[in-house]
Order: sequence, then C-alpha cells, then structure tokens
Amino acid sequence: MGSTSAENNGAAGVGRRELIKRSAALGLISVPTMSFLSACATGGGGDEKETKAPEGAKSAANPLGVKKGLALDAFIFKGGLGDQYAKDAEADYKTKYAATVKHTGTQQVGPKLTPRFAGGNPPDVIDNSGADHLDMNKLSTQGQLQDLQALLDAPSMDDASKKISDVIHPSTIEKGKHGDVFDVLYYAFTIYGTWYSQKVLDDNGWEYPKTLQDMVTLSGEIKKKGIAPWTYAGKYPYYVHFNLFAEIAKIGGMDGWIAIDNLEPKAWTSNDAVKEVVEFYEELAAKKYFLEGSQGLTHIQSQTAWTKGKAVFIPNGSWVENEAAPTTPKDFAMSVGALFDGTGDKMPNGTLRAEPSEPYIVAAKGKNPVGGMELLRIMLSKKHAQNFAKLVKSLTCVLDATEGMTLSPGLTSASAAFKAAGDNIISLQLQEWYPALTDEKIGGLTGQLLTGDLKAADWIKKTQAYADAVAKDDSVEKFKREK
Amino acid sequence: MQHGKYRFIVGFLALPVLVYAIFVISPFVQAFQISLTDWSGLVGTAKFVGLENFEKLWNNEDFWNALRHNVYMLIFVPIITLGLGLFFAFMLNVGGKRRKNEVITGVAGSKFYRFVFFFPQVISITIVAVIWFNIYNPDPDDGMLNSLLGAVGLDSWQNAWLGEKSIALLCIMAVMIWSHVGFYVVLFSAAMASIPRDIYEAALLDGAGRFHTFFRITLPLLWDTVQTGWVYMGIIALDGFALVQIMSVNMGGPDGATDVMPLRLYLTAFRDSQFGYASAMGVAMLIVTMTFAVLTMRFARRERIEF
Repeated sequence: MGSTSAENNGAAGVGRRELIKRSAALGLISVPTMSFLSACATGGGGDEKETKAPEGAKSAANPLGVKKGLALDAFIFKGGLGDQYAKDAEADYKTKYAATVKHTGTQQVGPKLTPRFAGGNPPDVIDNSGADHLDMNKLSTQGQLQDLQALLDAPSMDDASKKISDVIHPSTIEKGKHGDVFDVLYYAFTIYGTWYSQKVLDDNGWEYPKTLQDMVTLSGEIKKKGIAPWTYAGKYPYYVHFNLFAEIAKIGGMDGWIAIDNLEPKAWTSNDAVKEVVEFYEELAAKKYFLEGSQGLTHIQSQTAWTKGKAVFIPNGSWVENEAAPTTPKDFAMSVGALFDGTGDKMPNGTLRAEPSEPYIVAAKGKNPVGGMELLRIMLSKKHAQNFAKLVKSLTCVLDATEGMTLSPGLTSASAAFKAAGDNIISLQLQEWYPALTDEKIGGLTGQLLTGDLKAADWIKKTQAYADAVAKDDSVEKFKREK
Repeated sequence: MQHGKYRFIVGFLALPVLVYAIFVISPFVQAFQISLTDWSGLVGTAKFVGLENFEKLWNNEDFWNALRHNVYMLIFVPIITLGLGLFFAFMLNVGGKRRKNEVITGVAGSKFYRFVFFFPQVISITIVAVIWFNIYNPDPDDGMLNSLLGAVGLDSWQNAWLGEKSIALLCIMAVMIWSHVGFYVVLFSAAMASIPRDIYEAALLDGAGRFHTFFRITLPLLWDTVQTGWVYMGIIALDGFALVQIMSVNMGGPDGATDVMPLRLYLTAFRDSQFGYASAMGVAMLIVTMTFAVLTMRFARRERIEF
C-alpha cells in the first residue's frame, strides 16, 4: 500500500505524483480532502483489493498448507521472557519449510509496527506484549488480525487425532476472542499473586497468611525484625493492581468485577469489597509496612531489593522468576501465594488470578499469514512448550505440557497453586481494555495511596470519576464481557 | 558573467530545498491535516472531523497540567542554566586573581574545568537519563545519591527523589540543567574571548572589581549570545520528553507530577492509537514554542554595542 500505491490507485483515478502536484497548485490551503490524506502519510488503503494469501498444498504433515520456501517475518517482544524460545521454534520452521525466517526481537512493538500496519506491510507473526504494545482491539476492529480458527482446527503436532483447540487451556480460547472471532493466541500463562521466599518464612517460623487481617498481623511481626514486609515497583504502580484488582474480584465476586470491567456507573463505589481491599492497602501504608523508597523503584530494583531480603512480599507475575534469576540466591525457594480472604468472600480460599499472556497475533494483510499460523502450531507442540518452561520458567497454554518435568521452584509453586485453584480462576480485562485508565490514572492514585498521601475513600471516589470519564469518552473503544 | 547566475544558484539550491521540503516542510503541513482527522495511525483511512480534536484538547485537563510543567521548566531551566553558564564562563576566563603580565585570567585550573563542564554535552541524552535515574535510585545502598547522603550522615535528607510528588519535577529539571550548562560555558567562553582586553584593562584601572566587571562589561557585550542561548534553552525546556519518559515514575508521574506536552503526545499516539488527536497536540506545541521564540526575540532586543 504505502509502497504500492502507484499500482492500486485505480479507484481514485489520480496518481500519487499527480495528486501532490495538484495539491501544491492549490497552495495547500484548501481544506484537505481525504483522498489527498490517504495518498500521503496514511499510505492509501481505502481501496485495497483482497489479496489471496499464498498457500501451498495441504497434507497431513502440513495441514495449514504452508508454501515451501516462502519467507516468514516474525516480530517478538523481548522482555522478561526473552525471545530465545521463539527463535527455537523458528529454527524448526526453517528446516521444515526450507524458508528464511526474519526474526526481530524488540521491546518497542507498538512504535516499530504502527507505521508498518499503516503502510500495509506488517510482519506475519507478532508477539504483541510489553508496555508499548499495539492496541489489539483497534487492530481487530480494523480487520488487521488473521482469524485463527484454522489454527484451532488444525491437528496438534504431537497427536494428529487431537485438534489444537483440545490441547490448549479453555480460558486461552475465551480470552483470545474479539466478538466471536478468535484472533489472538495468548501463548503463555501468567500466575499473579503475592510472591515470597519460602526460606525466609521458614527461617523465621512464619506462615503465608490466609486472610487480609492475618497479613496485617504478620507484617507487624516482620517489621519488628527490622525487615520491610512489602515492596513494590513504584515506577510501574500497576504491578500493585495485579493483586489489588484480583483481591476485589475474589472478595466481591466476579459479577462485581465484571461491572467494573464494563465501566458501569457506581461499579467501584457501590462494591464493598473495593472499600475493604483499598483500606487494607491504606493500613499497610499508614503502618509503614512498605520498604522505604519503594515509590521510586523500577520493577527490577524492587525485585532485587526483594531477592536480597530487604522485603518479604512483592506483588508480581510469574515472569518474576526468570527476570529476577540473576539476583536470586540458590536457596531462595521462590513461591507464590493465592489471594487473601476478606469478609463474606464470594470466592473460596485458594482463588488465584491466572491470565493467558504473551498475545501472539498473525497479520491478516501480511505476506505469509499461513506461515504465521504454522509457526504458532509449532510453538504449541509439547517439545516447544517444554522448551519454554525450561528456558523462561513460565507456563504455556498447552495443557499438562510440563508433566514429568523437573521445574524450577517458582514455576513448581505456580503450577501447584494453579492446580489447587481448580476452577476458581480470576481473569480481569480492565487493564487490557483501558490501559490509559488503569496504568496512568488509577496507577497515579495507587502510587499516592501507598505512600500514604491519599486516603482510601478518595482513591475510590477518584477512581470512579476516572472510570466514568472513560465511559463517556467516545474516542475510546468500549468492550463488554458477560462472564 | 551575470548571465546564467541565477540558473547556476538554482542548480545548487534546488536539491537541498527539495529534500528539505519533502522531509521537513511536508510533515509539518501534514501534521496540520492529520490534526483535523480521527486517524488511528493503524490503518490507511481516516475521517475528517474539523476542529473537534482542538476542542477536546482545550478541555483536556491532563494537557493543561503537562503544559503547566513545561511552563515551569521554561521559567526556571533557562535562567539557571544560562546564569550558571555565565558565572562559570566568567570565572574561567576573567574571574581569576591578577597575575603578572596578564590583565585578566581565569581561576586556577580553568582548562581542566572547561573540559569537565563540557563532558555531559558529549553524552547522549538517553544515557544521561539512565545515569541519573540510577543516581536517584531510592535504595539507601544501591542508590548513589542516597548512599552518599547516608555516608556523610545526612540520613534525614534521603528521599525517594523521582518517587516523591513534590520534588520529582525538580529532580528532572536539575538533570536538564546539569546536562546543558557545559555547552553554555563553552559558548560564553568563546564569546568572551572576542571582547577586547583593553576594555577590561580600562575598567581595572578605574578600580572595578569582579562584580562590576561582570555586570558592566561582560554581560552587556554578551547580550546577543545570551539571547540566542535563551531561545535555544527555552525550546529544550518546552520539550523534556526523553528525560521524563525514561526517568519519571509511571510515565509522567507520580500522579502526573512530571508530565510534559511531548509525553502526552507520545502516549496519545502510541498507547491510545489516536494519531489525529496527537497531531492536534503537536500543532498546539508548535504554537506555544513559536510564541515563546517570537516574544523572546522581540522583548530581549537591545541596542547592539559595536566593538
């Protein structure tokens, strides 16, 4: 499109160069018409022809019909999980289809790919993760995402009698849908919770607390020993939300949280669980149970303070084991605990927030979407799921892939907590859907709450006001969930 | 040989002007166009919405908050940077004790200082931000500033720096000043070197001290350079994107305390995928910056002293 607009201007009838000349003749003062705009920075595209994706012959070994020798362009987020696991899968693709695979590992998925999507030459497969990721809702509504139903229906690499949809976790399929279309594959599973060192607890004769009240009591004891009970990544206050939001959902029930996800009026203020949880954090702040200076720490700095034993608990996700590996002592026994009980909980003890993560998308308008899907199929094999668990100490969406493997301490704890939680799994959408609201607005409030500069009541009031403002703003795309 | 002179000149200028028009002018013009649309930045189509983006911007409290921080920086950063630059340049060139055979000298070791002052200027702004981010690390053992304060017994001064709402913006301004002072020391030194020595000689014979020499001779004769520096520093203060984006807590936090206009623009474009709206912010920034530059040039004009 950007590069081929000279060829596909049939409908507009005016060539790019001609158009610039004419516009220049008008002195560029007239109200810009959209045809001019679409001829320039926005790269054309109003009149794209549906191009047929190149396909090869389908066979048992090649159920999606990948064309041999056709190059594949993979764009992988290189954050806490690195990108080696993807490179390993690409190597298999390379040998199987005798094709070159162009690999890009980056932390800036959004800024680097926005112009490529606008220009009509996106990479084929993208791990759209990290702080700077692309807005998948926009991409989906604008037809940029390949429908992955073909992938779900394809046989698994390990057992041809099973479809891909049978070997991955049901919540992965649930979460990957926009409307009825499954177009995002969340490859990994992230377990959120309160992370701690089992060794530190054992050495001091402490036990992981069951309720919010127990946590306050234990924090008091920890503080007496001269250790900070908690630390957090103040530079990214949404780390605190991992637990704060989930705790609200656990105590107040999913219905209450779904109202919050759906930006319903008074969803925050009318929910008693919100009050209980936010006041819990207010109490921790008032009693100075947070490591001093946490409000200025990055995730890495806070994790380092934690692995060095300056603080006992940290809200985090299961990538922490891999990310903090360089500073973690050998006998640290990293563990994750489930959500705490409050009063009148709607969900039982052991409830856990587990989210499908690492969203992989295939560009519908890329050069090789079939190849993109095939790479995902390769990644969903037992071999690569185990490789992922081994390399980055994280779970994939592939069911029981790690059975029989010896896992690292953090991953062992996370899988155990995941198993114990059974069906009591919490999945939240708010941050995914409205990152500007959660990370910037509510994140700002949470930062102040944890330094004791903001009262719980004000946190709730202002959060409701911010949520209402987003609900009213037409320029923000809205989403709804039923369950 | 007047014949063909213009053709000759045009022949040389056409290419650079064309390159400039394509890569500098046309994006500017297009920013105006895009600001009148609801372009998401992700697809090739957009809808014309007129001045809606500007209206939204006018009522956007976050943008005003960011603009206010830019204005704070505009007030304090140039004054302090140029003031320090002038002071150091004066001390390095004129402020030394009188020695034999020389009318004016800098303080002892001025060559070494000049080299040190210029140092931050050769480091990329990204690296400066990362270095200072680690200096401001609140950890009392790992954070350089806090461990230094702890070592000299000033524990009570230890702070979360960038995590502290009341001082976060000051911390970032300090880095901005630190990284630019060196350039002005060199710039002003060069300008001072062009001031004839006999003027200083005459002033010294009349018994003028350092204070009077500076305010009566050096500053008036440097005014043109100071004015240029002022505009340049002002434009830097109206930006501040790199430092804030890398250093600040929660991108412009805590709780919006360090937010600046370019960061707003960046988030609107790349996080919220609202390129049309972001372009409107860009246009607003252009207007603010231009107004500042024009006003400065207009009101700072003084009679030029020939020497």
